[in-house]
Amino acid sequence: MLNIKEGSTSHSAYNLRSVYSDIEERHTLAVIVENEPGVLARVIGLFSGRGYNIESLTVAEIDHTGHMSRITLVTSGTPQVIEQIKAQLGRIVPVHEVHDLTVEGPTVERELALFKVRGEGDHRVEALRLADIFRANVVDSTLESFVFEITGTPEKIDAFADLMRPLGLTELARTGVAALSRGPEARV
Amino acid sequence: MTGQTEQTGGQMTGAKMVVQALRDQGVDTVFGYPGGAVLPIYDELFQQNDIRHVLVRHEQGAIHAAEGYARSTGKPGVAIVTSGPGATNAVTGLTDALLDSIPIVVLSGQVPTFMIGSDAFQEADTVGITRPCTKHNWLVKETDRLGATLHEAFHVATAGRPGPVLIDIPKDVQFATGTYGGKETRPTRYAPPVKGDPAAIEALARAMETAKRPVFYTGGGVINSGPEASKLLRDLVAATGFPITSTLMGLGAYPASGEQWLGMLGMHGLYEANMAMHGCDLLICIGARFDDRITGRIDAFSPNSVRAHIDIDPSSLNKVIRTDIPIIGDVANVLGDLMAAWSARGRKTDREGLAQWQAQIGEWRARDCLSFRNSDKVIKPQYALQRLEALTKDRDRYITTEVGQHQMWAAQYLGFEDPNRWMTSGGLGTMGYGFPASVGVQMAHPDSLVINVAGEASWLMNMQEMGTAVQYRLPVKQFILNNERLGMVRQWQELLHGERYSQSWSEALPDFVKLAEAFGAKGILCKDPADLDDAIMEMLDYDGPVIFDCLVEKHENCFPMIPSGKAHNEMLMGEVSTAHAIEAGGAVLV
Ligand SMILES: Cc1cc2nc3c(=O)[nH]c(=O)nc-3n(C[C@H](O)[C@H](O)[C@H](O)COP(=O)(O)OP(=O)(O)OC[C@H]3O[C@@H](n4cnc5c(N)ncnc54)[C@H](O)[C@@H]3O)c2cc1C
Ligand SMILES: Cc1ncc(C[n+]2csc(CCOP(=O)(O)OP(=O)(O)O)c2C)c(N)n1
Repeated sequence: MLNIKEGSTSHSAYNLRSVYSDIEERHTLAVIVENEPGVLARVIGLFSGRGYNIESLTVAEIDHTGHMSRITLVTSGTPQVIEQIKAQLGRIVPVHEVHDLTVEGPTVERELALFKVRGEGDHRVEALRLADIFRANVVDSTLESFVFEITGTPEKIDAFADLMRPLGLTELARTGVAALSRGPEARV
Repeated sequence: MTGQTEQTGGQMTGAKMVVQALRDQGVDTVFGYPGGAVLPIYDELFQQNDIRHVLVRHEQGAIHAAEGYARSTGKPGVAIVTSGPGATNAVTGLTDALLDSIPIVVLSGQVPTFMIGSDAFQEADTVGITRPCTKHNWLVKETDRLGATLHEAFHVATAGRPGPVLIDIPKDVQFATGTYGGKETRPTRYAPPVKGDPAAIEALARAMETAKRPVFYTGGGVINSGPEASKLLRDLVAATGFPITSTLMGLGAYPASGEQWLGMLGMHGLYEANMAMHGCDLLICIGARFDDRITGRIDAFSPNSVRAHIDIDPSSLNKVIRTDIPIIGDVANVLGDLMAAWSARGRKTDREGLAQWQAQIGEWRARDCLSFRNSDKVIKPQYALQRLEALTKDRDRYITTEVGQHQMWAAQYLGFEDPNRWMTSGGLGTMGYGFPASVGVQMAHPDSLVINVAGEASWLMNMQEMGTAVQYRLPVKQFILNNERLGMVRQWQELLHGERYSQSWSEALPDFVKLAEAFGAKGILCKDPADLDDAIMEMLDYDGPVIFDCLVEKHENCFPMIPSGKAHNEMLMGEVSTAHAIEAGGAVLV
């Protein structure tokens, strides 16, 4: 009937995507919120209360004077569920904007991770060699361990983890995804 | 800070600020219950006369009373509760208001800020507990922010899709002095769009021109939008000649006496309404949310229609049913634009198609789905409501209900001519809603006739409010259809659980006449159909609260009924064999 435009629900309510598909999709959302107490609890409570998936969630203040924080959320679901998630997020009073970066255009997604790898001899050398290939930095070392710092897409970090596991990976900390749209325009 | 400061602003305590903000919001009535954490506010209430405080008997009653006040006036309802148990007692009412989109503002006391987190006496994490059952809530830790937050709360409760909000106010914030800046100091960011997309509205106008079997499916959003929305809806129905049905929540937006009225739709809706939904080719949903009581089996719902959906909340669109023409905006605003767009295009409809459609609907109507086998020995609940309707319909009347069979019969057998006259718990289905709601309605409309159509089991859940009704001389009529059963539960057990009536009867019921008298009210018992009219007149003529104990047929079932998991054209119509009507798959649904 109506030609429904694709896009986010934040600026225009009519940018509803067509929801006629049952295939699960992975979407990265940027949610701009007022940095007030409880706002993260509201967002997380929405996901747990309504049974939506959270693959990754990061939050930090991005505008101190304006009291604004940016939540980057990676979630998955059918298009209908994704549209619901965006609409439900948009309903939260301290949420200013909801952007579906996956729909709005090409994005860069990065995650930072710290790896503690413990080993000796060949394992130690191999770990260092792979870290170099992955452009990971050594941020701490002892005679029997390294802590590597790596940034990249979640897939790259997964791949690095797979390689480090047999080489003595003992501890791993990941930040979750931060994402921005590519190109000169500020979308959010 | 603005010019308002001169009139009402300046330095004052937090407690004074609360009262001043309520005054500035035009609040005339609050419902509440005092306690340690709200004593400073109660002290301020004591020292003024602009705002009436109604002392309920349980905080749940305060919230439902505020809901009744809100729904019957279109203004936000206000309640005050203390910390801890006062706040937790408010949770059911808040959830009720959230699901039914009722604007209420609840103020709760909290332990002083320096004691928060220490498991202090009557401390509860009120904002944590009420976060999922409010539209928004605030814990105010500085007196300077209290005024602006109070005004923001009223705005959030009423703007966009209305709902309940809560402000948690620690006791030290109530005592401390701060700056109050009046109504204009609220942050103004929250502003949901009210105007519909012209392209979408044009698309709907176009669809209306060619539809052969259109139907308006309207809901609580029309009431939420205000009286103008009901007026525009009536104009649109009259101009198009399209038939119209409504959800439980939308009754009264279009008059029950109106020519195009199909009656309520849904699980216990009328045959003609559900068949029209099933058979239509254009479904125009206005301020309704495709609740599961409406849709029945989703994949069989209105299978051949183009669906347009007007709603102010984007999350209502495509939530349950896929929409072809989504229009986000306020009902009144969109209907105004729709009428203009359709008129500009020449006010066309497919007259021939419509005539056939009306003929078809006439056939469905002729089945007379609300007919029932009456009795001269025992009062049938349907008959009791028919008589109540006949004897009260010309009065200035407000109806509230409890939850159960009586609620559905009330929706079926009472006619509502205007919006805001029908207060019922739809989304949460809260037994115990109706009585306190009637108290709230009567407070708002002291000279009107306010009747709570109740089941005995529901009514007992908040019967303590008899004290409130008597204290404030509220002539609320408690019309109890007493079947000595948890009737709706019993009906499901009959249809779904092999007639094993597990715990679904009301044992050890009070003598309602004596109960009324014990509270200082009037009690009337009626069990003979021949006495019914006189008894109802006695109730109406009495100037004060009445408990009307109407003993009705104990095993009457409420029909029509679409069993859970069935489609609209698979309704159960009456006392015909209903065995195996609901299959195993449907039994898991509620
Ligand atoms: C025992 C029992 C049986 C029931 N059986 C039935 C039944 O047979 N039939 C039935 O209809 N119901 C029945 N109900 C009620 C049912 O559960 C739902 O509460 C009801 O159907 C919802 O009504 P609604 O769709 O009008 O939505 P509401 O809950 O009233 O929601 C209003 C909608 O309008 C939108 N809105 C709000 N304000 C505006 C505005 N200004 N402009 C535009 N949109 C706005 C909101 O976003 C929302 O989507 C039953 C309830 C109980 C307890
Ligand atoms: C607080 C609450 N508890 C339980 C229910 C489940 N329930 C729905 S209807 C009903 C029976 C209501 O009985 P009554 O008030 O006598 O009304 P009737 O159905 O007999 O007209 C019950 C227990 C509910 N809706 N609310």
